[in-house]
Amino acid sequence: MKTYIAQRLGIAILTLFGMSVVIFVLLRLAPGDIVDVLFSAAGYVNPAEKQAILKELGMDKPYWQQYVEWITQIFRGDLGKSYRYDLPAWQIIRPLIPVTIELAILSTIVAVVLGVPTGMISAVRQDSTLDYALRVFSLAGLSMPSFWLGMVIILALVSWLGWIPPLTYVRPWENFWLHAVQFLLPALAVGYRSSALIMRITRSAMLEVLREDYIRTAWAKGQNETAVVWRHALKNAILPVVTVIGIEFAFLIGGLVVTETVFNLPGVARFLVEAILWRDYPIVQNLVMFIAIVVILSNLAVDLLYGVLDPRVRYAS
Amino acid sequence: MAVTPVDIAAAPAATRPRDSAWTVVWRFARKKPLGAAGGVLMLVMLVTALLANVLQTHDPIATDAASTLARPSEDHLLGTDHLGRDIYSRIVHGARVSLIVGIGSTLLGSVLGGVIGLLSGYAGGKTDLIAQRLLDILQGLPLLVLALVMSASLGPSIQNVIIAISIPIVPRASRVIRASVLSIREMQYIEAARALGLTHLRIAFRHVLPNTVGPFIVLVTAQLGAAILVEAALSFLGLGVPEPYPSWGRMLSVSAAEYAQKAPHLVLFPGLAISLAVFGSNLFGDALRDKLDPRLRGA
Repeated sequence: MKTYIAQRLGIAILTLFGMSVVIFVLLRLAPGDIVDVLFSAAGYVNPAEKQAILKELGMDKPYWQQYVEWITQIFRGDLGKSYRYDLPAWQIIRPLIPVTIELAILSTIVAVVLGVPTGMISAVRQDSTLDYALRVFSLAGLSMPSFWLGMVIILALVSWLGWIPPLTYVRPWENFWLHAVQFLLPALAVGYRSSALIMRITRSAMLEVLREDYIRTAWAKGQNETAVVWRHALKNAILPVVTVIGIEFAFLIGGLVVTETVFNLPGVARFLVEAILWRDYPIVQNLVMFIAIVVILSNLAVDLLYGVLDPRVRYAS
Repeated sequence: MAVTPVDIAAAPAATRPRDSAWTVVWRFARKKPLGAAGGVLMLVMLVTALLANVLQTHDPIATDAASTLARPSEDHLLGTDHLGRDIYSRIVHGARVSLIVGIGSTLLGSVLGGVIGLLSGYAGGKTDLIAQRLLDILQGLPLLVLALVMSASLGPSIQNVIIAISIPIVPRASRVIRASVLSIREMQYIEAARALGLTHLRIAFRHVLPNTVGPFIVLVTAQLGAAILVEAALSFLGLGVPEPYPSWGRMLSVSAAEYAQKAPHLVLFPGLAISLAVFGSNLFGDALRDKLDPRLRGA
């Protein structure tokens, strides 16, 4: 198990390193830089002035040097300086993280609460009308852009209840209920989409397990449906579901990029879009690395959880 | 002459009368009504995209200051936006953009990933290991985040959006094809082909590749919906398809949100168009997967 963890960690670190190269190169390919954006309003850029700014930001150095500086900075815990705000990047990113994490956790809860039971019902009542209805419902969730769903939810609230959700971010200690509603709405929009994947995987895993011999034995012993489904079947069907939940948690962040923009929540994902539009390299680089770390850590967590949930995996390795 | 797997598979079929294409379609529709419904939705989208110029009632990019934010009426079937542009005509033309970007990026990504998966799976060993680790890097980011950075760095244009969306598809495609190549590689007819002294490239492309067609088709239909959704999200954020092409995603962008309360049709219809298109390809893709690749059922 220990060598297994070490191996997984090694691969994770290599992947992160590769990711940093990819991101760095991609951003240097981008047409235009911060100076162009800053001066686009003026319509004219004084070449000497531009050179001075580039020099001040360290952008006149060769690319390899810029890259090495970035990586050594990260190792020192220094995330560089935002070109746009002229502030340390960490100072800007730090308050954004809890917003996104809270949203991601809430969305995951919505997805699991919605996805696992519907998947189980669908499997137990395979090929019934209910099964078809639930499958169409979940596929619909997979088909709607979550940001559009968010817009429709807001529209519905406004036109049916005459209630306009707060347009600016409300901190939990200012007004807890308003804060909860503000986060629950995007969590519903994003969670519904993820629930579709969880529902499908739960359904197929359950279907497979329900055909096993030991389930027939359980039925033959005269156990009732609740015991068979919850106690015997679910335990073995949950493994692939956990994998999907882990993968989804990471990918939720992708979905949040647009949803945070729609709901005007000051999270990491919305800020990433702004930083990209501003060509604010230090912010973009570090935010993308942050997302990559979250993705890779949650994949790692899933791998390790596997061993805990399924003794067969533990003994095999 | 080398006996290819295709020849062997074709032999018994010749003795039995061949089903016409219509019979095959009809049987599929009877067995998979939901999949058939999805196929119809996709067909509707395809026809709309092809006949956009015929189906339009107005010029999709012509503005009309006299009738801005008009409600749906006889003149403007689905109303107009804040610049007085006809929403119906824009949605009809948007089908074109969504399909071009969706199909273009899915095919590009799947073919690229498919070839990498084929070669790395067939070669095995160190080549395989290195290729897979490199692709892991691309898969370490959510599809939308990678597409976002890509499209920002490439600049806005239809071709660049297609490239930006196709790259994140590459590792997913390569994984699917590689998995099926690994099992095909061990088949006896591959051993036979090798014994006949065929080159590796010829074996890989002529004898292994044709047998990955099933999973490949499943992969393409499954990714199509995702690609359309990513295009919508990119365009919504202003990093996708540029003006003047009417794109469903951009129709929902900030300007639409601003007027949403006064004119809800601005938000409802383009979103419905996206959802129906993706719903159609998901339904169809699911049914196709059950039919062509039972091992992947429900996955």
